[in-house]
Amino acid sequence: MATLGKSWGPLHPKVEKGERLAKTELPKERQLELYHFMKLNRMVEDRLGNLYRQGKVVGGLYSSRGQEATSVGSAYALEPQDVMGPLIRNLGSMLVRGVQPREVMMQYMAKSDSPTGGKDGNTHFGDLKRGLVAPISMLGSVIPVMAGVALAGRMQGKDLVALTYIGDGGTSTGDFHEGLNLAAVLNVPFVLIAEHNGWAYSTPTSRQMRIKNIATRAAAYGIPGEVVDGNDVLAVYEATKKAVERARAGGGPTLIESKTFRMKGHAEHDDAGYVPKEHFEEWKLKDPIERFERHLLGNGLATEDELREIVAKIDVQLNAEVDFALASPMPPPERAFEGVYEPSEVSV
Amino acid sequence: MAPVTYIEAVRQALWDEMEKDERVFMLGQDIGTYGGAFRVTSGFLDHFGPKRIVDTPISESAMVGAAIGAAMMGMLPVVEMQFIDFISCAFNQIINFAAPNRYRWGQKVPIVVRGPAGGNVHGSAYHSQNPESYFHHTPGLKVVAPGTVADAYGLLKAAIRDPNPVLYFEHKYLYRRIKGELPEGDGLVTIGKANLAREGRDLSVITYGAMLHVALEAAGRLEAEGISLEVLDLRTIKPLDQEAILATVRKTSRVIVLTEEQTTGSVAGEVAARIAQNAFEWLDGPVHRLCCPDTPVPYSPTLEEAYLPNVDKLVAKVRELASY
Repeated sequence: MATLGKSWGPLHPKVEKGERLAKTELPKERQLELYHFMKLNRMVEDRLGNLYRQGKVVGGLYSSRGQEATSVGSAYALEPQDVMGPLIRNLGSMLVRGVQPREVMMQYMAKSDSPTGGKDGNTHFGDLKRGLVAPISMLGSVIPVMAGVALAGRMQGKDLVALTYIGDGGTSTGDFHEGLNLAAVLNVPFVLIAEHNGWAYSTPTSRQMRIKNIATRAAAYGIPGEVVDGNDVLAVYEATKKAVERARAGGGPTLIESKTFRMKGHAEHDDAGYVPKEHFEEWKLKDPIERFERHLLGNGLATEDELREIVAKIDVQLNAEVDFALASPMPPPERAFEGVYEPSEVSV
Repeated sequence: MAPVTYIEAVRQALWDEMEKDERVFMLGQDIGTYGGAFRVTSGFLDHFGPKRIVDTPISESAMVGAAIGAAMMGMLPVVEMQFIDFISCAFNQIINFAAPNRYRWGQKVPIVVRGPAGGNVHGSAYHSQNPESYFHHTPGLKVVAPGTVADAYGLLKAAIRDPNPVLYFEHKYLYRRIKGELPEGDGLVTIGKANLAREGRDLSVITYGAMLHVALEAAGRLEAEGISLEVLDLRTIKPLDQEAILATVRKTSRVIVLTEEQTTGSVAGEVAARIAQNAFEWLDGPVHRLCCPDTPVPYSPTLEEAYLPNVDKLVAKVRELASY
């Protein structure tokens, strides 16, 4: 059986009773909003899992279960003018930016009314109006693109920060180096969140790198690098907030390593049999949503009834979202041939 | 206006577009203080400043990636490859990010990637390539390759103004070897339109880039023998001007496709296929591809001469096909 490399290890050997998350000045309402988005992230993916098992999802299904705090906490630290490039496991980030569950459901089901009209699937869609750049499947490629977004923002005098993500496996690509180095050399307002979830498909981190912390790599680019507890939404939020503020003030890029765990396989078809069972058991205890619930309840920020109400509302919302998505037709075949080129207004 | 060289036309087009539209900016290696390996951007840094003339690390993929990101934000970036051979280092960004982006999610990517292409300057395997065939396969890209001073100017301006990713291959053999007048006014050349460079009766040579001049010289020589060559300069490789290609075939019924690429999988092959499919009944002989052999570009002058098409090789091929 494959094992986790020595280079990688759990951040919290034991979960303490009475959860202690990172210090924050976020008021109660905003903390409850974080809870809402994490719960929404997971519940949308649960619904997608159902649709997948019903044969409604025509391609692969990618889950971010266990990583919700990283997506939600980081996206929540951005301002409306900021631009983000989410990857396949950042549905939570997209929801924070205003993506509606029906959009991603229709994407997965290849429906005519999906944001890409059935031309692409899963989270591969963007919308600059909401500050979202669509990724491509080649990992690392979004990093230089987002560096370019940050560069353009600075040239245009916009007060924006660009943020994107990379997995532990994705840090082995050339574009990770080229993109982060270019961002550093040009000192553009850019934040890179490295989601260290232990596995790149079936490959453990020890086969990607010989260092323990991805954040160590920041030193090679002359930029700050920070390790955060990726299952603590407040820690992710606070670290991202700090990096975003520094970037906005002209302080250049930051590399944040968010230590977390992928609680499912690479995609729905993958049972992750190569991951030792005890790792799932151990990380189940560190579930980011359950930890946040303990924090909210333990610190008197919410009652059980309040949390139940949030969940109940999401449930009702998702019933309608699923119905809407299912009702959308499949795209007309002729659409396959449309839209390759932007009509050119250049004429002689 | 006094005649200018091909490279001056490239430079002037960049200058004029940067003057006209502040969204235009450049990314490249050594383009700032040094003014570019071929001096295309000499003086640009002083005039336009470091915000718009962005020197980058040796990171072709990140250069194109950053251009894509900036283009999505409404800028009009022009990336200079120091030699176009290095565009292969940015292959993924061009093929997988820029090209399908509009189709995938509707977001246009108006970038230009340009650089010196072509051989006959003893640049060997990595400073002589003609990489157009890798890209003319890919939906979403436009590819242009000017062979004249006016086209170098007009196509670059059109490329910068085009809302799609455009690859602009300038031929370094022509840089300081040909001169011409810059057009009055805007001088835009429509992307996707071929130019009938010489009218003739007996046989058509379809070509582009530096090979245009090989074709024109051969045409002059063959005229004395009583063979009248028609020369069609494609100018744009993607999208191909199929109408112009078929029109010349219908006129002469004999065709040589002359390009400076390795033969297999070439643009010339695509041109030949379109002729075979759409104008078969008009042909009086097989469509010939006169390209380079399927080898890397060799260094030594004797080897490179053997490798490249030239006037003698074209004249021989014309005679062969004329007597078919």
